[in-house]
Amino acid sequence: MSVSHDVSPLIRGRSKLLSRFGREVNWGDFVFRRTTAALAALVILALGAMAFEMVRGSWDSLAKFGFGFVLSRVWDPVHDVYGALPFVFGTIASSLLALCFAVPISLGVAIFLSELAPMWLRGPVGFLVELLAAVPSVVYGLWGVFALAPWLRDTVEPLLANHLGFLPFFQGQQHGFGMLAGGIILAIMITPTISSVSREVLRAVPSALREGALGLGATPWEAVRVAVLPYARSGLVGATILGLGRALGETMAITMVIGNRSEISASLFAPSYTMASVIANEFTEATGVLYLSSLAEVGLLLFVVTVLLNIVARLLVWRVGRLPEGGRL
Amino acid sequence: MFARRNLLAGLLLALVACKGNQPSDAPAAKAEGATPAPKKDEAISLNGAGATFPYPLYSKWISEYNKLNPNIKINYQSIGSGGGIKQVTAGTVDFGATDAPMKDDEAKQAPGKIFHIPATIGAVVVAYNVPEVTGTLKLAPEVLVDIYAGKIKKWNDPKIKADNADAKLPAKEIAVIYRTDGSGTTAVFTDYLGKISPEWKEKVGVGKVVNWPAGLGAKGNEGVTGQVKTTPYTIGYIERAYASQNKLPMAELKNKAGKFVSPTIEAMSAAAEAVEMPDALFVSLSNAEGDAAYPITSYSYLLVYENAKDPVKGEALAKYVWWGLHDGQQFAKDLDYAPIPAKVLAKVEARLKELRSGDKKLLSGA
Repeated sequence: MSVSHDVSPLIRGRSKLLSRFGREVNWGDFVFRRTTAALAALVILALGAMAFEMVRGSWDSLAKFGFGFVLSRVWDPVHDVYGALPFVFGTIASSLLALCFAVPISLGVAIFLSELAPMWLRGPVGFLVELLAAVPSVVYGLWGVFALAPWLRDTVEPLLANHLGFLPFFQGQQHGFGMLAGGIILAIMITPTISSVSREVLRAVPSALREGALGLGATPWEAVRVAVLPYARSGLVGATILGLGRALGETMAITMVIGNRSEISASLFAPSYTMASVIANEFTEATGVLYLSSLAEVGLLLFVVTVLLNIVARLLVWRVGRLPEGGRL
Repeated sequence: MFARRNLLAGLLLALVACKGNQPSDAPAAKAEGATPAPKKDEAISLNGAGATFPYPLYSKWISEYNKLNPNIKINYQSIGSGGGIKQVTAGTVDFGATDAPMKDDEAKQAPGKIFHIPATIGAVVVAYNVPEVTGTLKLAPEVLVDIYAGKIKKWNDPKIKADNADAKLPAKEIAVIYRTDGSGTTAVFTDYLGKISPEWKEKVGVGKVVNWPAGLGAKGNEGVTGQVKTTPYTIGYIERAYASQNKLPMAELKNKAGKFVSPTIEAMSAAAEAVEMPDALFVSLSNAEGDAAYPITSYSYLLVYENAKDPVKGEALAKYVWWGLHDGQQFAKDLDYAPIPAKVLAKVEARLKELRSGDKKLLSGA
């Protein structure tokens, strides 16, 4: 084994590879490009494989119930009759309810932290808000069972029923567990996501806009309203969508507080059920072929609903992005 | 270069071989050739999966048995009865465990004959949270069915009052709590409700997940326990251990003989004594005869292949199960289970002796 002193292989030679246009291409760049392309393709392939597998898994149920699966309200494993409408409703309603609570709070947090708060406060408060995202969802669930639900039952729900009981949203038995509890838990869980992304979006607004508005005599509120928010609009919608995505897929915490009853009710006090919850609850003990297949179809539906909502949201971002930048005083 | 590499490979091989032969009985192993007999100190690992309900008892068994037989490692995953049946059918575990016996079509999917081995007895209790009631609530079976069917809506319903003349029952709505995740506990409870009410059996049915006519769903025994504990005016069904550990009041239920019985270990044993065990070794204990029998009692079963693929593992498993049914029974009471009655044990012993691997009986020495 003689030690070679020839170092020529170590010196990167000119690439022998020619591109389509006859130019020499660097080998490293070539490999780099192909590798990253392959990695990108891998994600898309995984998505496709997932969709394929779910369709295959839910084939029996698709064949048996057809489109009626989405429209039926009965979920009865004993008699092998399955319908997913209450789960679809529960998932969408609880997520939208969560957005109703979370978006104003998150926007407030983000505006305060990026525009109004004193510098020394911005870091710590921002960190604490983001810390909310680090709490495991089962902990939120336990808090929901032992603190939130009793509080809702004893204080909030009677109050709402007394003052707003004429509305269909605030009628019926007050358990504490139900749609309202589910919405609040989800709202707390998605607030850190929405607020931290929103804060970054607001920070990215050029300070020239802010300074311009202030220089023209706008109050801080007017500057935010006229100059900052319109510029950041599409980013803020995007932040909301990230939050929505998390709310749609959340399983553990909401399962623990939503009441898990496949029912559709206008009342926020009534128990409900989400798609993710029913899969988590019933999959391990599901033995029948049709039963398993129906659970797989619920998974497929969750997939479809998520994709559809995301498409709608993208369109919204795109639409909002095309609006004229800047508002009226 | 090549020579050196070969030398290195040879050294490595030799090293591996040495390590393998380190125990002094190496020559014996060589002599036995391709099918070595199980050696006393050979590590054997057994995998099981299934019911969550007897999990505290099984994990106690496993740790105690491991102390006696350090070479045998047993893993038990409490993934639920349905999962246990699935896994044992697929052959991914050495034994399964279930609360509800396997259905015929489930048994047909298995590659071999599976024995049900009743391993312990548990009870499902009806826990409640009514602050005004200081004594023990008494419930007749029809009343329990009506509460779960949503027909009795208030705690001061005359039907509940009939058996609880002294109790201060408030005019509050009953919040019914049920298990939302598939579970053997639900199967046992609905089996009982179905036996009491033909209407329940037909409309709602019996199973691990049913379409409940009323109430709120909670996840797991711990979920139902949590909701009953924190929410006044609730009623829920849970395993006995959860109610006793959380100090929840448990209702006395009227049994078939017309007596109100609280879910004691003795009452569970009485139910098991009262029901004749058929040759299949599985039977429902709910609504059993006898003055002392608690009506929502159930066996929990181990699922074992009659013909073990691997004689070494099969023998270890058979011995473990045998131990669990004899020495293991002493741990039952402390963990809220009832031991298997003697006359049932005799039948189980006979069945365990039938366990084989090929032509070899696994428990010949026992």
